[in-house]
Amino acid sequence: MFGVSTDTLLDIALTAFETIAILLAVVISAALLIWVERRLLGVWQDRYGPNRVGPFGILQVAADMIKIFFKEDWIPPFADKAVFVIAPAIIMFTTLMAFAVIPFTETLGVVDLNIGILFILAMSSLGVYSVILAGWSSDNKYALLGAMRTAAQMISYEVFMGLSLLGVVLLAGSFNLRDIVESQAGMWNVIPQFPAFVIFFIAGCAEIHRAPFDLPEAEQELTAGYHTEYSGMKFGMFFVGEYLGIVLISCLVTVLFFGGWLGPILPGFVWFALKAGFFIVFFVLLRAATVRPRYDQLMAFGWKILLPITLVNVAITGAIVVAQS
Amino acid sequence: MLSVLRTIWMTLMHTFRKRDTVLYPEEQPYLPPRYRGRIVLTRDPDGAERCVACNLCSVACPVDCISVVKGEDETGRWYPESFRINFSRCIYCGYCEEACPTYAIQLTPDFEMGEFDRQNMVYEKSDLTISGVGKRPGYNFYRVAGMAVGGKDKGEAENESAPIDVKTLLP
Repeated sequence: MFGVSTDTLLDIALTAFETIAILLAVVISAALLIWVERRLLGVWQDRYGPNRVGPFGILQVAADMIKIFFKEDWIPPFADKAVFVIAPAIIMFTTLMAFAVIPFTETLGVVDLNIGILFILAMSSLGVYSVILAGWSSDNKYALLGAMRTAAQMISYEVFMGLSLLGVVLLAGSFNLRDIVESQAGMWNVIPQFPAFVIFFIAGCAEIHRAPFDLPEAEQELTAGYHTEYSGMKFGMFFVGEYLGIVLISCLVTVLFFGGWLGPILPGFVWFALKAGFFIVFFVLLRAATVRPRYDQLMAFGWKILLPITLVNVAITGAIVVAQS
Repeated sequence: MLSVLRTIWMTLMHTFRKRDTVLYPEEQPYLPPRYRGRIVLTRDPDGAERCVACNLCSVACPVDCISVVKGEDETGRWYPESFRINFSRCIYCGYCEEACPTYAIQLTPDFEMGEFDRQNMVYEKSDLTISGVGKRPGYNFYRVAGMAVGGKDKGEAENESAPIDVKTLLP
């Protein structure tokens, strides 16, 4: 029917099913992260996390979801309604789009783009829109100030997030994420590209405005930054979008620097989950352990220290690659 | 940068420390015996109530949460016809305990008095009185007081000498 063979239809259905399954799994892991983060923060702060609702507090996620679903969906009358509603959707959309190109195993992944890395960087750049639009449409000076700061932080750290990946691309010879993972079969990229790994990690941390770069959502500063006027499900979407960002950066770090699914004995997906899980836990540890730098310290650190190191790293990597060929 | 790494390491080492949380209500916190919690009205070692409705506690109370009405029994002993404490006002300062001359009103180490309705937090005399002696086991006010009440005359209290006859010149 429709001049298309049943084979192709089956293919399309399977791909669609796989896509939905992967994205659903990612969103569910982001929701579980709520519980993981709260309990881990408790472990490192000498207290218990949520431990009343269900065994070890695991049903806390369900309780939070129910609470947020039942909250009144209030849009401030002075806000720009269309933009106000769109802004949290943008962050969810761009982060989930970025998940489309990440290879979880040799065969598991939504799509195999030849320009995978460029796509991810483009999606993270689009994510800045959600912050700016949220702050602007709130019609609130504090929200706008917070959004401006956040946008400036995200844009400047994006510069060397991309540059630090150039070393990895040079070593693998391709922008395709699967090729990059396969090129690490001999030695994980973290060893030759260690400065790039550190800088990518810090830049990714700033990109998802997560501690210690979480000025936007530090309650002590500027009330609550760009999501001051948000409540209920829209705030929930910002929240889950942030956890999705954590999962995204952890998956990216494992794919680009730690060999993705490569590893002895255990199946590929288990290795991927272990490595990504390690970085997710490290993100929570960063939130528990580090202090928040002041805004001008943050920008100075990015432009004056990280950018030169990145450029030097790219230059040296390029020179070595050219010399070896 | 190195100090940041050191902080991260130190925070990670907190994994192996015991948590400082007291898992209330499964574990109760330690309350010392003199903890100023719920107020009770105590009784004599003989079983009669100690309170003599002198109103010193309601006068001493900084938030005026005590309300007393005096009654007198057939032997002349004063007792409180009604004794009301509004626990939503009480600040558990202990001034009433310090003011009481008969050790009747005392504060006990109990704080679990939560209610949903504010009217349920007004405790009457029947809610406050306990059947024991509380913190001063041997004290009976009327035994040591000099009043001629409760079946004893002047000079018959403990540690009291008989009254001097002022009308005679003999030593």
